[in-house]
Amino acid sequence: MYNPTVARLTYRALLGRRRALILFALPALLIAISLAVRGLTGVDDKVAADLLGGFALATMVPLIGVIAGTGAIGPEIDDGSIVYLLAKPVKRPTIIMTKLIVAIAVTMAFSAIPTFLAGFILNGNGQNIAVAYTVAALVASIAYSALFLLLGTVSRHAVVFGLVYALIWESLFGSLVDGAKTLSVQQWALTLAEKIAGEGYVDSAVALSTASVLLVAVTVGATAYAGQRLRRLTLAGEE
Amino acid sequence: MTVIDIDHTSRWFGNVVAVNDVTMRIGPGVTGLLGPNGAGKSTLINMMGGFLAPSTGTVTLDGAPIWRNESVYRQIGVVPEREAMYDFLTGREFVVANAELHGLDDAAAQRALATVEMEYAQDRKIATYSKGMRQRVKMASALVHDPSVLLLDEPFNGMDPRQRMQLMDLLRRMGAEGRTVLFSSHILEEVEQLASHIEVIVAGRHAASGDFRKIRRLMTDRPHRYLIRSSDDRALAAALIADPSTAGIEVDRKEGALLIQAVDFGRFTELLPNVARAHGIRLLTVSPSDESLESVFSYLVSA
Repeated sequence: MYNPTVARLTYRALLGRRRALILFALPALLIAISLAVRGLTGVDDKVAADLLGGFALATMVPLIGVIAGTGAIGPEIDDGSIVYLLAKPVKRPTIIMTKLIVAIAVTMAFSAIPTFLAGFILNGNGQNIAVAYTVAALVASIAYSALFLLLGTVSRHAVVFGLVYALIWESLFGSLVDGAKTLSVQQWALTLAEKIAGEGYVDSAVALSTASVLLVAVTVGATAYAGQRLRRLTLAGEE
Repeated sequence: MTVIDIDHTSRWFGNVVAVNDVTMRIGPGVTGLLGPNGAGKSTLINMMGGFLAPSTGTVTLDGAPIWRNESVYRQIGVVPEREAMYDFLTGREFVVANAELHGLDDAAAQRALATVEMEYAQDRKIATYSKGMRQRVKMASALVHDPSVLLLDEPFNGMDPRQRMQLMDLLRRMGAEGRTVLFSSHILEEVEQLASHIEVIVAGRHAASGDFRKIRRLMTDRPHRYLIRSSDDRALAAALIADPSTAGIEVDRKEGALLIQAVDFGRFTELLPNVARAHGIRLLTVSPSDESLESVFSYLVSA
């Protein structure tokens, strides 16, 4: 279910495009803000939790997920170069699985590692907040990658839809409307963070069991469906 | 021997019928798929390449359906028309990746690059390649696994004459080796130079099939239409209609011209100036009114 050549091509395509700059810019911004906050307010567990929850997990992780998830396949389908992968005796679900693994790895690298660093800068992992949010970022990376990879496979406007989901659904509705919270990757990840961090620093709206089931279901479902869609992918001629 | 069979296949996109009940068999040797732009050539090639499902009918490779069947790519090599490739790779990296996806090693890639004579530029990024160089690297990527079927969509587009000749030689060689080579083109001369067997497709329909000479004859024997203006249209009309090479004449009074249908192209072109001179008539305009390739094709459809 993993093809090293597909992985290599995907990595190089992901990190070689201009979009990749955002992959570096967002974590850099998080680190910069953390340094500034630490310098201005000193060690404050509450501030650390708010910044990691409000910016790192709520904004940075989904945005990086959008870029890595849709970018792992969307541009290739758009410009038609995917034909060189499809015209090979390689199972289409293997192509999707490989791209998912790459997207997860990239999302984790560019979101979980900076989250961990930022946590240490902010309060030296006091109340286990850095570790809690890092684990949340790792888990969210998996679900976001699967979701946005599927979006990239089925839609030419995957980035737009991805941004709408990440910013409007997760950030806006997810924090205001209770029902929406149940269907939010961010909230699922937060249930884990809640268990790890000290009492009262992380709040999640979903039970751990519900979150785990939904997380696995979305990841597996999205990946399986993307594999099927790729098998049926139609490349229209230029006529 | 590898054969692609297209059996009563149609493909439509919404309300538009791109390929309409086509049946053809593509066997070893070089076959040209000829047709004007928008005739459905790419749709047909995409179905043969497994990138498009037929709406009705079947497309098979030695009896096995091509759609949703990744194993056919062990035998099929595809050279797509679209330019997009992995531009951030060098030519060599690209062909090596294609070889690896077939489970082959660097040596296969190197052989393919040598076949298309691209070794000299293999370490340059594809982004810096000319159109002809891209075409050759695409070709190498399709050849890495030594396929028995090669599908090429408009392979000569944008190539200069020398590159065109090189590619034609290569395809001829592939055909002579017993491979099934199919290429599409909207240019009669390209097909004439390369393919012994031709399939003509017009407006989604299979218009003609067979030996090139036969089709060429069909194309030149068709009635030719001319628009002629002269110093005395009626006298000229009377003189021309007496000859069997002229099938019909219409006096178009609004245009102030004769619309002539000639059946024997060669004879008519000699007849016209001789008749005019013998009757002291000056020819002011002689213009073929249907010389476009499209009209040649549409004639074939109705034939």
